[in-house]
Amino acid sequence: MIRRVQALGRNTFSVLQETGHTTLFLLQVLFGRSKSRDSFKLLIIQLYYVGVFSLLIIAISGMFIGMVLGLQGYTILVKFGAVDALGQLIALSLVRELGPVVGGLLFAGRAGSALTAEIGLMKTTEQLASMEMMGVDPLKRIIAPRFWAGQIAMPILTLIFIGVAIYGGYLVSVPWLGADNGAFWANMQASVNFYEDVVNGIIKSVVFGTVVTWIAVYQGFECLPTAEGIARATTRTVVYSSLWILGLDFVLTAVMFGGIQ
Amino acid sequence: MRARTIEITVGLFVLAGLLALLMLALRVSGLNDIYSGNDGYEITADFENVGGLKAKARVSIAGVPVGRVKSVVFDKKTHYAKVTMLIFSSVDNLPENTEAQILTAGLLGDNYIGLLPVQSVDESDNQHYLKAGANIGVESTHKAVILEELISKFMANQTIKS
Repeated sequence: MIRRVQALGRNTFSVLQETGHTTLFLLQVLFGRSKSRDSFKLLIIQLYYVGVFSLLIIAISGMFIGMVLGLQGYTILVKFGAVDALGQLIALSLVRELGPVVGGLLFAGRAGSALTAEIGLMKTTEQLASMEMMGVDPLKRIIAPRFWAGQIAMPILTLIFIGVAIYGGYLVSVPWLGADNGAFWANMQASVNFYEDVVNGIIKSVVFGTVVTWIAVYQGFECLPTAEGIARATTRTVVYSSLWILGLDFVLTAVMFGGIQ
Repeated sequence: MRARTIEITVGLFVLAGLLALLMLALRVSGLNDIYSGNDGYEITADFENVGGLKAKARVSIAGVPVGRVKSVVFDKKTHYAKVTMLIFSSVDNLPENTEAQILTAGLLGDNYIGLLPVQSVDESDNQHYLKAGANIGVESTHKAVILEELISKFMANQTIKS
């Protein structure tokens, strides 16, 4: 009995310690200002690896998700004679939910895991330690540009995802299945509000981008410096990011669209 | 050279994101539509019952949008619903005794306002038009069709017949 109470106390402490540690880590990345002149160049290079390399998977997935939405929406709406609402269905579901969430999940799988593995391997091969020996702060040199790159890339990728997906849905529903072109776009424009829907979707993607990159760089930086440690850290990145995205999405949706004021 | 290619690719990447945002703004959410309709004048109308009318609903004449509903509030003095509408400035010749009714788009659609411009039968030529701030009284508005009222009327008729 006493031992259980002791375990409870120990777990509480370790959770608190972990929370404090991750927060401190984030603050250091955010406010540790890099004085080196080529920090912008480092950011561009990371943006290339994190953003441009994820572009293909994001665009292709977006295309297929839009096409599936068009197909499924059409087969259901045609039963009620409400095919005119297809554009509205596709656009609202993509802008509000599917764009940020699926984009975030893909981003965690494609870019988050790569970030963790890269930083973890740097730690394992003692590159981070030797940097510190040379007086270079790895937080500023390695972590910060990667964090900012993920933060910037995620909203851009989400916007591209939504744009491609809406055109995918358009391709299936209008030229292929024969929904009315005018009604498709007009209903979409009448129901999608730029500030309430599009901007809220972008806010969601910024939040998800922060969470995913934060988890990814933290897991890489704090992993056990062994092969197994890297494998575990990479797995944890994907699992934690996905769970956080889905959980936070519910909270954000409740605040933005749930009528809670 | 390699650094340059990377920079160009990243620039293109950011540009693609901006293009997607532009498409979402103009093509998907129809932002330009809202701005073009911002200039106009306001008129109000009293309704006995507005049903599910909300702000931003469209105001139409003969099915063509000519404005938007700005606000729906309860008027404490008259106990009617007061609807403020923004009419596009291009439509500046609504007759003084224009009627307003609340319509429903389709069977389950949203409510919107239909204006019925009734030409006055005055023999004089000088037609009076609704100006900014004008009010359409409750006697020349038609309230929303409430499904429950229709059903209860129908049921009452049935019981009388049987």
